[in-house]
Amino acid sequence: MEIDINKYPTTNAIGDYVRQLMGVEHKLLATVIDYSMAALGLVIFVSITALFLVYAERKVCAHFQARLGPMRVGYHGILQALADGVKLFFKEGLRPKDSDAVVFYLAPMIPMMATFLILSILPFDHHLQVTDLDGGILFVIAISGFSTFGLLTAGWASNNKYSMIGSMRAAAQMISYEISVALSLLLVVLLSGETSLMKIVYSQQGTVADWWIFKAPVAGFLGAVVFTISSIAETNRGPFDMAEAESELTAGFHTEYSGITFSMFFLAEFMAMFIASALVATCFLGGFLAPQFGVDALDSLLILVPGFVWFLIKAYAVIFVFMWIRWTFPRLRVDQLMAFEWKFLLPVALLNLVFGAVLVAMGWIL
Amino acid sequence: MKDNLTGLQDKSYISRIWQGITSLTSGLKLTLVYLFSPSKVVTQQYPENRETLHIPPRFRAQVEMPLDENGNHKCTSCKLCEKNCPNGSISVLVTKDKTGKKALGKYIYRFSQCTLCNICVEVCPTDAIIMGQGFENATTDREALDLTLFKMEGL
Amino acid sequence: MQLEKINTIEKQPGFTASLPKHDNTEEFYVNMGPQHPSTHGVLRLVIQLDGEYVREVVPHLGYIHRSIEKMGENKNYVQYIHLTDRMDYLCAHHNNHCVALAVEKACDIGVPERAEYIRVIVSELQRIQSHLLWWGVFGMDLGAITAFLYGFKERERITMLFDEICGARLTMNYFRPGGVFVDVPDFFEAKVQEILEFIKPSLDEYRTLLTGNSILQERTKGIGLLSKETAINYGCSGPVLRGSGVSYDLRKNAPYSLYPDLEFDVPIGTDGDCWDRYWIRMEEMAQSVKIIEQCLSRFPKEGPVKSKTKPSIKPPKGTHFAQVETARGIFGTWFVSDGTDKPYRIKSRSPNFSNLSVINEMVKGLKIADLVTVLSTLDLVIPDIDR
Repeated sequence: MEIDINKYPTTNAIGDYVRQLMGVEHKLLATVIDYSMAALGLVIFVSITALFLVYAERKVCAHFQARLGPMRVGYHGILQALADGVKLFFKEGLRPKDSDAVVFYLAPMIPMMATFLILSILPFDHHLQVTDLDGGILFVIAISGFSTFGLLTAGWASNNKYSMIGSMRAAAQMISYEISVALSLLLVVLLSGETSLMKIVYSQQGTVADWWIFKAPVAGFLGAVVFTISSIAETNRGPFDMAEAESELTAGFHTEYSGITFSMFFLAEFMAMFIASALVATCFLGGFLAPQFGVDALDSLLILVPGFVWFLIKAYAVIFVFMWIRWTFPRLRVDQLMAFEWKFLLPVALLNLVFGAVLVAMGWIL
Repeated sequence: MKDNLTGLQDKSYISRIWQGITSLTSGLKLTLVYLFSPSKVVTQQYPENRETLHIPPRFRAQVEMPLDENGNHKCTSCKLCEKNCPNGSISVLVTKDKTGKKALGKYIYRFSQCTLCNICVEVCPTDAIIMGQGFENATTDREALDLTLFKMEGL
Repeated sequence: MQLEKINTIEKQPGFTASLPKHDNTEEFYVNMGPQHPSTHGVLRLVIQLDGEYVREVVPHLGYIHRSIEKMGENKNYVQYIHLTDRMDYLCAHHNNHCVALAVEKACDIGVPERAEYIRVIVSELQRIQSHLLWWGVFGMDLGAITAFLYGFKERERITMLFDEICGARLTMNYFRPGGVFVDVPDFFEAKVQEILEFIKPSLDEYRTLLTGNSILQERTKGIGLLSKETAINYGCSGPVLRGSGVSYDLRKNAPYSLYPDLEFDVPIGTDGDCWDRYWIRMEEMAQSVKIIEQCLSRFPKEGPVKSKTKPSIKPPKGTHFAQVETARGIFGTWFVSDGTDKPYRIKSRSPNFSNLSVINEMVKGLKIADLVTVLSTLDLVIPDIDR
């Protein structure tokens, strides 16, 4: 079933309108306007998603723990995240005396930058994508290691031993788990034969069984599991939150950060979680494609729902798994974390890649 | 309990992974049950549930001196509570009433010093003081914690 | 500028080993506490670290010293009891029991049977309550925050019962020389039975959530080894001592109150690692449930709860001593009486002080995360150390 991308309306309608309004003919200026619109859209999307994720995390963890969670600000505390944000915004920003001022204030921006870079290539819908890079997957792998710099410099610039230990842990952890993230993404590249995220999504057209998690027997599922686990480690969430480990390192790399600088780390962390789950959705769960079960009556209903809604539903389902894992398990020790990656996850990912190659070579893909 | 769980280190690579997976999924199952059973939520929405709040009748929140409908107390000014208080938070000022008999003039209770140990209530031979259940005692003024439980008229 | 600073680090007081000189690495000191999430109070540990590895730990005490023993010299024996609530606030009943026992022994005061049963039941409930809190906090120290709230959820039932019995949740001040100050309410037995019914399935739940969890087992087994000899030499007691394989529980070895008549097992560890200390506490909760069940079946329906004592208790001249097994170990009260109603000198033997002092023997060469695990399995209550 071939889908003609061009039959869907473009979402650049607003950009077109603005260009017409201003009478812009110049190509460069038109591009600038287009990308400014995209940047503005991403900023709004990031703000709303972060607010929602903070609220969701607090509410979901509360109910895991037989609590109610925020209940006071708005109906069932729905405005709690907003109130927190406002509080963080107006908090005094402190910097330790002997810290390196430039690096100290630069560090929180790096993870934020990585966040926006990856968001700009995520396909939200048929045309809802800032830009579709041909080597999208490679770009993801390159950029996801980029936020490590932020953590590393934050710990170094803070002039605090806890921060330093935290950032060193973060660097070691991210470099290690980067490998299994890359390997499980490579599996998808191998299966689909594409490196552009949009084309990977279109390679999963058809029914639910055509999603890579089901389409490649065992290999797809294992790849998704390995990717999810290593994404949890990549995003520094429990049970792999070595870099923060509040019972050991007070707050790890962001011990000395407060106010707006802290909230940038916080925001980047939550967005990293969203990106990780969005990548799972894109690569393994059919991205923005509506689930089709081969039952015409149901399928025609499901396809009416816009693609970005399906995309968000799939992403948030994975986020729920992230939260579920975080609020159930104790934290691993730093050496166990490394052992888990090098002795278990990496061999599994490698074998899985080989298995995937066999599947492709023998044509055993369902 | 211990025997079937020890020796994890001795087990083979595969069985360790298997035990890991089974034990972790059983934990996940438990928390999921909690997520989907609102009846297990234990949170009390405190200021809202003030009406239905159950305060045990023996709860020790602060010392009170109950007065009957005529405004009379049962205190005989024996000063046992004052003597037995470990923290010096009670002062019983004795005076003479109109008939010239020994009577309670002023009963001062310094709530800021009290550790709510219940000894004053225990030693009181006439049950003139009791432990009250009013626990919302926060004030913004230290002076407000020096309570006068009883003051004779005209004193 | 930063490099110069690092190079001028001086040896901190209390450390035996000096900083070895390496060309390219540097050992450093880290302050853990007095404000740190996992020291659970105002304990300050100065740690000498070599990267992630702990070289030596020196605990600094005294941040919550309130001179309770000195204050005791100006209080009479009944008044002193309520100060012991504030030492180990999770074993308030046990501490009260200890002072009451010491005075009873000194003055030869008998305790009515019903009062003894009440004492044992609430003491064992207190032990369960303390272990539940410990379990939750242990989970939190290892990063399983959900365990913290599950532990508190069940503990809340027991504190509510204490609230119903004696009017306080934490600083109960319930025991008096010669019994307890007030009889239990009518619904006491039914309520205790109800709590036991809640605790038993909860213990299974805890097994699913933490005990059986392979991450927890990997993090506790073989960590923080404490040998029999070291444990005895440092005067460790309670689950810390028993985890090292020494069968010493005052309820069995120097029984007091009703314990000689009660049937229960004392769980003993084999290796003295964190896992042993962990499961001993879990097992002790089950044993406490067993003790309470036995007491409930024999609970006298009525009778006095406090024997008649003189208004002012004046123990004979000399020294007097009593000790009880709290949830953390042996709590002892030793006092010198000069024949008046106030002690001349009071000294408490607190289990946490000895249990903390052994920490340096256990954590050498472990990682920071293991230090937190070890600290957590010692189950320290800091006000009990400083008093």
